Amino acid sequence: MTTEILLAGFGGQGVLFAGKILAYCGLMDSKELSWLPSYGPEMRGGTANCSVCISDEPIGSPLVLAPDILVAMNGPSYDKFINAVKPGGKVFIDSTLVEAKCERTDIECYYIPSSQLADDNQLKGGSNIILLGKIIKETGIFSLETMKKAIEKVVPPSKAHLIANNFRAIELGMNN
Amino acid sequence: MERNLMKGNEALAEAAIRAGCKCFFGYPITPQTELAAYMAKRMHKAGGVFLQAESEIAAINMVLGAASTGVRAMTSSSSPGVSLKAEGISYLAGSDVPALIINVQRGGPGLGGIQPSQADYWQATRAMGHGDFHILVFAPSSVQEMVDMVTKAFDTADKYRVPAMILADGLLGQMMEPVTFPEIDANAHDKSSWAATGHKNEREHHIINSLYLQPDGLEKTVVERFKRYEIIKAEETDAELYLTEDCDILLCAYGASARVAKSAVNSARELGIKAGLFRPKTLWPFPVKEINEAAKNASVILDVEMSMGQMIDDVKLALNCSKPVEFFGRTGGIIPTPAEVLEEIKKLGGAQ
Repeated sequence: MTTEILLAGFGGQGVLFAGKILAYCGLMDSKELSWLPSYGPEMRGGTANCSVCISDEPIGSPLVLAPDILVAMNGPSYDKFINAVKPGGKVFIDSTLVEAKCERTDIECYYIPSSQLADDNQLKGGSNIILLGKIIKETGIFSLETMKKAIEKVVPPSKAHLIANNFRAIELGMNN
Repeated sequence: MERNLMKGNEALAEAAIRAGCKCFFGYPITPQTELAAYMAKRMHKAGGVFLQAESEIAAINMVLGAASTGVRAMTSSSSPGVSLKAEGISYLAGSDVPALIINVQRGGPGLGGIQPSQADYWQATRAMGHGDFHILVFAPSSVQEMVDMVTKAFDTADKYRVPAMILADGLLGQMMEPVTFPEIDANAHDKSSWAATGHKNEREHHIINSLYLQPDGLEKTVVERFKRYEIIKAEETDAELYLTEDCDILLCAYGASARVAKSAVNSARELGIKAGLFRPKTLWPFPVKEINEAAKNASVILDVEMSMGQMIDDVKLALNCSKPVEFFGRTGGIIPTPAEVLEEIKKLGGAQ
């Protein structure tokens, strides 16, 4: 089985970083996986997105066009991708920044005020990680232990002091 | 063996260092830049030289100079930058100097775009510069294969004294996948019979040259080189045959588009359509034997590329036009989708 994940938002919101954590979770669990970023001018403050495939078999095309899991971190990303989500798919929305409410009945949407939660809990820029916490709670794709191991691997040694904050953000996402 | 998660561009660089590459000369260009950046960080720690040249032309000529001394040297770029290197690559070939050139292709012609493309197939396999010559062309389709092919490219280039190219694209360069780095013997090739290392009055000069003003002298060097090409064609082809044994419709694709084609083949099989995939791993020499084996039971061939159709020429030549060869491609930086390719398979009426 292959789980296709698409993460989208503004450049700077940590979309690629969150995707990287999911990719490392796949590595930790000995899965096949791919991580493919959008690159080019959109990286400079426009919309950025990132495709992550997690599978038990070798990955074919790494480009996610119809996600099983969509993470929408801003309005334009939500508008662009909401109709691409596979029936039965799950959508994780930063409801601080996305006002829209989904009318599709064949998918499950989770509205998490993750930017607000990050600000309220002194986790500036942690909205992306809060959403990851919600994903593992609602989909069970990875365990909390796996995700913690992945974070320890992804956060560079020079920023090791941020690991605890990332753990806190994950747990915040799982409990909201 | 430990699995690492790396971008294709970074994996190419790490693999080259592990393969004993001692000199990297380059000039930045998207979507290849992470390769040079990785080299800038790591090469000096590995006892080698990283140098950002003033231009692509300077970089390839530095490769010619360094490789002439027998060290493993390389450069990397993306499509417009590779065009600038064409003259130097011809000089490498004419001087029988092995070296590695990496092309992380983007859309063209001209400055084109920065998204993934496979529109440099003709350039790589037909006309990578002026004059009668070929270079070895390897086409990876995963990050692991990028790693494996770097070693293979250096080894084969050294063995035949022919420049080698890895023809990748922006998708493979930018994506991350798990990779392992096998243990390799990086110093296996003795170049003492030709490398310009200083004769110290103890032996004849070793002359690295591509200028022959006497036509008979020049003809002799070219003919000798083409004899080597015949050996390469006989011994160095490589391809993956996927579900080809009973296939009625055979897809042909390399690199990134082969991943898309493989997804489409799997979907077609689920529908009961007997589809298979032929994926060349060497583009020059083209795997003629292998494609004929793959196509033996097929009634129709579908060539899939991220271009307007370039490899299709080699497919037709290799099959001697014995079967109908259809084409599907997207270009300009657009990646075809498995669904689009599946539609084409259905249109061709792949037998169930």
